[in-house]
Amino acid sequence: MLAFDDKRIRVVVGHYGSGKTEFSVNYALKLAEQGKKTALADLDIANPYFRSRERQDLLEEQGVRVYSNTFGYDITADLPAITAAIRGPLEDPLCHSVIDAGGDHLGARILIQFDRYFDPADCDFFCVVNGRRPETSTLGGAMNHIFRIEKETGRNITGLINNTHLLKETGAEDVVRGYHLCTELSSRLGVPLKYNCCVQTLLEELRPKTVQYQDFHIFPMRLYMRDSWLDR
Amino acid sequence: MNEKVLMKGNEAFAEAAIRSGCRYYFGYPITPQNEITEYMSRELAKHGGSFVQAESEIAAINMAYGGAAAGGKVLISSSSPGIALMQEGFSFLCSTEIPLVILSVSRGGPGVGTIQPGQADYYQSTRGGGNGDYHLFVFAPSSIQEAVDMMARAFDIAEEYRNPVMIYVDGVLGQMMEPVVLPKPIPAVSGDEISKLRPWAMTGTDGKREHNVIKSLYLKPEELEARILDMDQKYQKAKKELVLCKTEGLEEAEVVFVAYGSTARITEEAVDLLAEEGIQAGLIRPVSLWPFPYDVFDQIPDTVKAVISVELSMGQMIDDVKIGCKGRFPVSLSGRVGGILITPPEIAADAKKALGVRA
Repeated sequence: MLAFDDKRIRVVVGHYGSGKTEFSVNYALKLAEQGKKTALADLDIANPYFRSRERQDLLEEQGVRVYSNTFGYDITADLPAITAAIRGPLEDPLCHSVIDAGGDHLGARILIQFDRYFDPADCDFFCVVNGRRPETSTLGGAMNHIFRIEKETGRNITGLINNTHLLKETGAEDVVRGYHLCTELSSRLGVPLKYNCCVQTLLEELRPKTVQYQDFHIFPMRLYMRDSWLDR
Repeated sequence: MNEKVLMKGNEAFAEAAIRSGCRYYFGYPITPQNEITEYMSRELAKHGGSFVQAESEIAAINMAYGGAAAGGKVLISSSSPGIALMQEGFSFLCSTEIPLVILSVSRGGPGVGTIQPGQADYYQSTRGGGNGDYHLFVFAPSSIQEAVDMMARAFDIAEEYRNPVMIYVDGVLGQMMEPVVLPKPIPAVSGDEISKLRPWAMTGTDGKREHNVIKSLYLKPEELEARILDMDQKYQKAKKELVLCKTEGLEEAEVVFVAYGSTARITEEAVDLLAEEGIQAGLIRPVSLWPFPYDVFDQIPDTVKAVISVELSMGQMIDDVKIGCKGRFPVSLSGRVGGILITPPEIAADAKKALGVRA
C-alpha cells in the first residue's frame, strides 16, 4: 500500500504525454481521501487542451483545491498566466500540494518563479516516465529528457514515476517494461523509483507479473481526464 | 510490423510526413497545430531536409509554392485563420499544378475565435476562399492512425494529380494522444531523380533542355479556357477515383447521422446510447470531403425517418448532406460551436427530437 511519505510539496514534471496530469489528479485525490488538506496547481502553460483544470468541479467536490490561471478563462487563453494565489498552499505548512507542471523542459520553466518554495527538505520533484513515448522509450532518451528538465529548473529529480502506458491498449507487460526502464534509470541517476502507475482494470493482470520484484510499488489509477469517446 | 508508440496527433502527423519522404516544411506558429512546426524544426534537418519559419502564413505558402515548384516534397500546416491567409496560394498552386500536402488543424472561428476545436472550416476547405475554378482534395481522418496512414497516400495523390491535397482535422485530433504504428520510411528523392520523376519541375536546364515555365497568367482567353478545361478533367476524374467513406448500420436504421473527423467518434457513442433505448441509428462518415461521397446517401433505406448532420459548426457539411439526400429525408443539424465539443447525450437528444420521441 502507499504510505505517501513523500514531501509536502510534490512537483510533477515529465515529457508531455507522459501522463503527468492524470498522475497528479489521482495523487491529489488520494491525499484528499486520507483527509489531508490538499491543493492541486495546474502550471501547464505549454498545452492548450486536456488540462487538470478541466476537471476542477470534480476535484473541488472531493476536497482538492484547484489553482490555475489568473483570468478564469480556464482552457481558452493561448498564453495563460499563473495566478499568484498558488503561493497560498505553497506557503501553508499544513497544505499538501501537487504541482502539475507543463510538459518537457520548456513546460517546466514556469517552476523557476516559485523556486524559493522548493526547499529539498519540504519538496519532492517527481518525473513521470512513459516508456511507450518514443522520446523516452530508451534509457538514453529518458536520461536526456530528465537532464534537460533539471538544467532548466535548477532542481534535481527526487523520484521516478513509471507511468508506461498506451492508453486503452495498455497491457500489464507495458507497466513491467516501464518498471525495468525506470529501475535502470534509477540506478544510473541515484534516484528512487517511487511508483508504478496502473489503471484499476489492469491490476489483477499486473499483480502476478510483479511478485518477483519486491520494490514494485503499484499506484492504482483511475482515468479522470479522458472522455470515453476518445478511446473508441 | 513496427511497434506501437504513444504520440500526440500533431507530432505523429509530422513524423508520418517525414517518413513519406517530405523534406521541406514552411510554417508560422498557431495553436492548436504548433507541435507540427516544432517537430519539423527539430527533426527535418536530421533527414537532410529544410525547415523555414516564415514571417507570416502568406510568406509560408509562397515559400511552399517555390519549394514544390522546384520539385521538393513539401508539407505545410496551419490552423483556421492561418489557413485563411494561405487561400490565395492554394489557388495559384492548383492553377500551376504544383503538388503540395496541407495539414489544416482547425479551431473555432470566425476571426481569431478560440484555440479550442471547431469544424467551421468545412466551407473553407471544400469550397475555398481562393479565386477561380479550383479544388483542393480534402480528406478528414477520425483517428491519429488513420491520419498517419493517409499521409503517404496524400503525397502520392498530390503528385499523381499535380494538385494540392488537404488533410483536414480539428484541434482534438491534433492535441490528443493515441497509440499509433508509424509507417516504414520511404526514401526521399533528390538531384537527378527529381527531374526524372517531375519533368515539369524547375530543376535547372543545365543548358540541355527547354526552360520549364510555371505560370498562372494566360493573356489569351482561349489558352486560359483550355487550361481550366484540363483542370476540370482532372477534377472529374478525382470525383470517380478519390471518394472515401465509411458507413455503419444503415440497413436497420431509423435515423442516420453524418459526421466526420473527431465528431464521428463522439457520434459513435451516441449511436450506442440510442441503441440502449431501442432506437437504431446509422452513421455515414465521409472521409473524403472533396470529392464528397454523395452516392453513398443512395444506400439509406426509405424507412429512415431523419438524417442528422453532426458538426462543430452552425451547419456547413449539411449542404452536401442535403445534396446527397436528394430531398428523400428531412435533414437537421446537431452541433456545438465556440470551441465546445458536442457530447454523445446531446447528439442522442437531437436524434430523438428529430424522430419526435420525447426525451
